[in-house]
Amino acid sequence: MSSVSVENVFKLYDGRPVLERVEVEIPSGEFCSIVGASGCGKSTFLRMLLAQETPSSGQIRIGDRPMAKEPGPDRGVVFQRYSVFPHLSVRDNLILPQDFAGSGFLGRLFGSARRKAKEEADTVLERIGLSHMADAWPSQLSGGMQQRLAIAQALVRRPEVLLLDEPFGALDPGTRKSMHGFLLDLWKETGMTIFMVSHDLSEAFQLGTRVLVFDKPRWDPHDPAAFGATITRDFKLTEKKWKTDHVPA
Amino acid sequence: MRLINIRPSRPAVILLAMLPFVLVVLAYVIGSDIRRAENPRDKLLPAPAAVVERAADLATEPDRRSRAILLWADTGASLRRLAIGVGVAASIALIFGLVIGLIPLARAGLASFVSFLSLIPPLALLPILFIVFGLGEVSKVVLIAIGITPFMIRDLSQRVLEIPQEQIVKAQTLGASTWQIATRVAMPQISPRLIQAIRLSLGPAWLFLIAAEAIAAQEGLGYRIFLVRRYLAMDVIIPYVCWITVLAFFIDWSLRRLSQRAFRWAHVEGDSL
Repeated sequence: MSSVSVENVFKLYDGRPVLERVEVEIPSGEFCSIVGASGCGKSTFLRMLLAQETPSSGQIRIGDRPMAKEPGPDRGVVFQRYSVFPHLSVRDNLILPQDFAGSGFLGRLFGSARRKAKEEADTVLERIGLSHMADAWPSQLSGGMQQRLAIAQALVRRPEVLLLDEPFGALDPGTRKSMHGFLLDLWKETGMTIFMVSHDLSEAFQLGTRVLVFDKPRWDPHDPAAFGATITRDFKLTEKKWKTDHVPA
Repeated sequence: MRLINIRPSRPAVILLAMLPFVLVVLAYVIGSDIRRAENPRDKLLPAPAAVVERAADLATEPDRRSRAILLWADTGASLRRLAIGVGVAASIALIFGLVIGLIPLARAGLASFVSFLSLIPPLALLPILFIVFGLGEVSKVVLIAIGITPFMIRDLSQRVLEIPQEQIVKAQTLGASTWQIATRVAMPQISPRLIQAIRLSLGPAWLFLIAAEAIAAQEGLGYRIFLVRRYLAMDVIIPYVCWITVLAFFIDWSLRRLSQRAFRWAHVEGDSL
């Protein structure tokens, strides 16, 4: 596992800053919640962590490797929607990552390799309580089941960092609660670093060992888009020590 | 009660569905009766019995000159041209749709070119095709392919673009290469769309087929209709037109069934038509 370092990152769209001077160091194994008002660059920040987008300037690094140019298997992701593949059965969704890894041209494992992948998938299904739905299509699952499957799928390739973009945003409160337990268990088991964008402050503080608040430190009333957002508050909740750090603006 | 809230019962639905067909047949019978009352040898609206008899002949009696049963020979020739033309178009459209939809470089290079191509009226190209490929089978098949391929490419590349970006990103984080994303994520998801695109382009495909056959052919459904037009042989034309319609309906129906069978995931949430 490796730490994530964000060094003086700026992100501009059409010359307008969305994020500016983002600077943070996340040690390995942290559960990092990201909160903030709508449109203040949380999701942009997550997409940059994912390497789906690149910063306009600055660096984002996992471990001591150079900055990634495109998403890869070292980082897993779960979105609020569209995270699983609708054309594959629940089990095949879990076999797919192994297909990708094991068969470059056909993209499909055969024979004993496939049997092995299937057994592993069944073990995971057992673990996430979806054994009875193994042959169903994802559209036949409830919202909570779909997100469990999406998380399990993201973990098949054992990423170092798991990125969650409002993963529970579309779930009802009861399901959400059980998903919290599910996610925390997985996190403790694997020890990976998690980043979770959330709208829900209580969820962010309850799950996170670190909470990053994104906001605009400067605000021009005549031109609201003139300045970008940055990390304005950085709560370190590790070992129940409620320390508040102000990031110098 | 408002008209929009009156729902027909099951037998009423069947009855209402049959009503327009019955009315059309009835209109023909009456019209034919009126014309034949004036002139028993009327060619325009021959008696229904005569039409049916002639249709039965066409489907069972071998032709005097060619010794083939005309209806089946024509059907075979036309369906072969249609199948090859549509098959070629669908294969090209699938490949180009995936490439244009997935690869920004290809999109930049090809998308506007394809939409430009799709504006060429295919029938205007027919003389060129006859000159280049001769009057044989190739020019007819090529006309069908040229006529429907640009539309299908545009449709399919749009469908590929509509695959949520989240899925493409997720596949990358699962370690997929461009090739693997194309073959395991994008292609299976647009396959039902491909069948839909084929169903939509069958109408134009028939149009191009019959146009090409009308101008130069030795057999084929379109050829026969235009051949017997000279003798005002409505008793041949009418069964042929009905037969073409039935064929088109059956092809459409079987494609829909195929999609429902092969891509069950795409039909889980309703989706009729």
